[in-house]
Formats: sequence, structure tokens, C-alpha cells
Amino acid sequence: MALVSVPAPLRPASVGTAHSSELDDSEAERIRHDFPALDQAVNGRPLVYLDSGATSQKPRSVLEAEQDFYETRNAAVHRGAHELAVRATDAYEEARATVAAFVGVDPAELVWTSNATEALNLVAYAFSNATVWAERGRGTAELRRFALGPGDEIVVTELEHHANLIPWQELAFRTGATLRYIPVDDDGRLDLAEAARIIGPNTRLVAFSHASNLLGTVSPVEELVGLARGAGAFTVLDACQSVPHMPVDFKALDVDFAAFSGHKMLAPTGIGALYGRRELLDALPPFLVGGSMITTVTMERAEYLPAPQRFEAGTQRISQAVAFAAAVDYLRETGMQRIAAREARLGERLAQGIAALDGVRLLGPAPGEEWYVHPRFGIAAFDVAGVHAHDVGQYLDSRGVAVRVGHHCAQPLHRRLGLTASTRASAYVYTTEADIDAFLAALAEVRGFFGVTSKAGS
Amino acid sequence: MSLDALYQQVILDHAKERHGSGFAERLAEAQAAGFGESHQLNPVCGDEVTVRVAVADGAIQSLRWEGQGCSISMASASVLHDLAEGASPEEFRQVADAFREMLRSRGQIAGDPEVLGDAAAFEGVSRFAARVKCAMIAWVAAEDAARQAGA
Repeated sequence: MALVSVPAPLRPASVGTAHSSELDDSEAERIRHDFPALDQAVNGRPLVYLDSGATSQKPRSVLEAEQDFYETRNAAVHRGAHELAVRATDAYEEARATVAAFVGVDPAELVWTSNATEALNLVAYAFSNATVWAERGRGTAELRRFALGPGDEIVVTELEHHANLIPWQELAFRTGATLRYIPVDDDGRLDLAEAARIIGPNTRLVAFSHASNLLGTVSPVEELVGLARGAGAFTVLDACQSVPHMPVDFKALDVDFAAFSGHKMLAPTGIGALYGRRELLDALPPFLVGGSMITTVTMERAEYLPAPQRFEAGTQRISQAVAFAAAVDYLRETGMQRIAAREARLGERLAQGIAALDGVRLLGPAPGEEWYVHPRFGIAAFDVAGVHAHDVGQYLDSRGVAVRVGHHCAQPLHRRLGLTASTRASAYVYTTEADIDAFLAALAEVRGFFGVTSKAGS
Repeated sequence: MSLDALYQQVILDHAKERHGSGFAERLAEAQAAGFGESHQLNPVCGDEVTVRVAVADGAIQSLRWEGQGCSISMASASVLHDLAEGASPEEFRQVADAFREMLRSRGQIAGDPEVLGDAAAFEGVSRFAARVKCAMIAWVAAEDAARQAGA
């Protein structure tokens, strides 16, 4: 499959193609100028945006790609014979090829979704639909391998984002299967010995995140996939925090399904993607049904197209897909290896700075520490003794620093770590060392502002 | 917007002192009277507050609370305790209405210390739309508990 690129004028002007050198601070400074939203003051201070783990800012090339689509090619895809419809369909499918190649899969294995949450729900609902189809004798006998029931087990981990937990809770409820989880220790480390005990003959599906949105750690994918394979279970990878930040090849990781979202990797909101092994996607029943995903429809029943159309009912997110491909081009031009190395350095700078402050507890790996043979990537969450995360975030905001506060859609992990909320700083390709230093300087003032002097409560 | 307008000293003090926090001491008395309890949770941030109200002889005899959350939510519960205890249900309703009106005004309505006492210090919160719920959570619980208590 040939890689399809956006036209030359849409390429990031300031990013060279010299991939050999390190992505250093001066390059990040140049990259920053490609992002209009970063060029503004907030509360009288230059914006320091450290909330990319929640959503990334968008480069001009992505904004222009979306506008260009609407100005030159806008039409519904996979229907209509007119010229614009052809152009729109080409743009839509070329975008699929671009994003699929970025994660090492074939275009037919990449389904567009609204976001990663929908991608994970799609898998969960396809499995429960397979359960219903199998019970009622619909489809081929092959469908039985997806059917779940009492005695079957779905396994997740204790550190999952709610998006990779609740769909499995509900799938277990709908089918009568049991949900189990791999626990973490007091620091948040996955208990792999326990994983080996939990994943067994009854395990049908193992769902886990590739990179933690709270701890900044990369999961031991090889070990978990090995355990799942050994048990004959399907694997689902939540790759929301990995695909934007490091080179990812789903085939090499040998997972069956994987979900990621566009908006965390320079693309617009409203689009995400599901990877599924081709033979699995073609065998699973659809989740949403309606227009554009059928072959023959009578008043009684319908036959469905193979993947990916099988899972793309209704008018699709066309301009978002085109802009998603432009985002991927931007990242590829910059170089994912270089971005990953850069983020590891920024993550270490964050970790060191946070851990050095009195009364501030860094979550996840200590500075310099690697978990599962991976350095921390550009995320660091922490707890300030005696000051609630919302108050921390409000203070930082007054200094122009944007961070995430709350439970970060990971209530069970917070509970396990003895917290209800935390504050999280997250970096990306445009983050500079000056951003991190400004954040650390403001964070150092927080306890003084709120009059907390003792370490009680930490 | 000035952070000091949001975090006035009286708020930071209440957040630490937490008047009326803890159920143990006056629980028996509370349960003997017209009694109501309400638990409120802000799913956005995880702040939660439980308020217990006891009403007898035409007055709120006791308003106690337990909870966890940001300084705004904790200070607001503390101030609530001071204002509600001893007030008649009607007086409390008037204070709660004035408090809500101020918080929803986006900075347009100044807090009247004559009516609101220390709760007037929360007028700065109304300029921070994301924090209005923090200031209201204990009061919503109190209104619900008071209804249950027959107030």
C-alpha cells in the first residue's frame, strides 16, 4: 500500500526532514510557532500548555487540511457519481491509508470512529452482538468464538481509563461473563505474577492500556499479550496515550484490536480509529447499523459489507479523517522516534522537578526509574499535600499554566493510590523546557499561597 | 482575574477550620428530631459532601457535614454550618437563595454581608464559572436534607 501524503503546501513549513538529529529545544520552539493556539496570553501570562494528555493543540497544516477539504472536495463518500463525490471518497480513503500505515496496519483493518471510547465500545458491542447471533443461530459457526457467557472471563487492569473499563463491565453484564482485573501495587505497578494467575483457560478477552494516562508508564505489552495468547484470549489495546507519543506498530505488538483518538495527536476532535485484525473484523457482527454499510436490504433483513465499511454506518467524519492524515503527516515528518526520545527527556525533567518539591508526591516511577524497561513518557501526575488538585490547577492557571486536575477518568487507580484527585502535567512535540520550568516555578508557590506549611495529609 | 478575589482569606480560613464537620458528636440529638441526610457528588472532580440536618421547634437545631474536596467546597460547607444552625427553615431558604443568586451572577451581584455573613466572601467565585458547583455542593445537600427533615 503506497503511502499517501498531503500536498506540499500543507506540510509543516518549519520542520526539516533531518531525522537523524535530536529534537532539541530550539526545534520545539520552531514547532511551537506552527500552533496558533499556543501563541496567546492567558490571565496576563504567555500560555504554558501542559494538558496535551487531555487534548493536543493543532498545527496550521491540520487546520488548513480541513478547510481545504471543505473548499475543494466536500461531498458524501462512497455514494454519488459526481466529481466532488469521487474526490471526497479518494481523500477519505487516502486518509485511512495514511493513518493505517502510521500504526503498521492495512487500510481495511482501520475503522474510523468518533473517538477511542466509541472504538472500544464498538468491540464490546460487536462481541455481545456475536453472543446474541450465536444464541439465535444466525451467522456461521465461526461466530461462536466471539460469544461470551457464564464462566467466561474478561480481564482488564486496575489502571485503566474508564473508557477501557466500563465497556467491559457492561459487556460482562450483558453476556453473564465475569470481569476480573490485574491489580497494581501501592505505587501503581502492574502485578505481573498476579496477571499470570488471573489470565487462564477461562479468559476470553484481555483489555489493557498501552501507556498510562496518569503514571506516564508504558505497559509490558509483550508479557500481557503472551499470557493472553497462551490462554487463547483476544487482546484489546487502548493506545490513546501511546500512538501520539512513540512509534507504534500494532502488527509487531501482535494485538487483535487497538483504539486511539485523533485529537490527542494533533488532529481535530470527533475522530478516532479502531484497528482490528482483518479476519476478526470481517467475522464480527456490526455495532451501529444503517446506511453505507450494507450490500442487500429487504424489508425483512440486511446483509453487511466487509470491514471497514461494515462498521461505518451513516455519513462519516470526512473532513476530520482528512485532517487526521495531515496530523499524521506532521508527526511523521517530525519523526516518532525523535518525538519519543524528546518526551522521555521532558518526562524526566517534569519528574525530577516535581519530586524535588517539599510536600509534593510524584505518582508513578521515581525520577530516573524505568518500569517495564521503558522510561516515563511526557506525563507526570502528582498530589500536593494539603491542597486539593482543583486548587492547585486554579493557582497554576492564574500563572498561565494549563494542567489537568481531577480523577483523569481513572477513579479506581486513584482510589488504589489513596487519592480522589490529582494534578497532571503532560507534554508534547511543541513543549519547551521553558514551559516545564515555568510550570515548576508556579507549582513551587502553591503550598505557600494556600498557607500549607506542614506535610500533614500527604 | 485576580486569584485573591477567588481565594479570600476568610475562605482559606474556613477551608482549614471546617466548622460543623464530623458527625459523631451530635448524631444522637440529630436523629431524635426531624431529620434529613443528603449526599452530593460532583462527578467532574470527585468532590463529595454529606449533610445532616435536624429540625425541631421551628428552627434548624443542627447542621453537620462530612466531605472531601477543594478549598472552595470545604469552606462553603463550613460557612453553611455557621449560617444554618439556629436559623428557621424560612430564614435558611432566603440565605440559600441569595447565595445561589450571587454565585450564578457571573460577577454581577455583590454579596451582602448583612444577609450572607461569611458567605458573602464567595462573590469572587461567581467569576470562575468552573468553580460555582464547588461552592454550591454543600448547600444543595443542605436544601435536600432540610426538605427531608420537614423544614
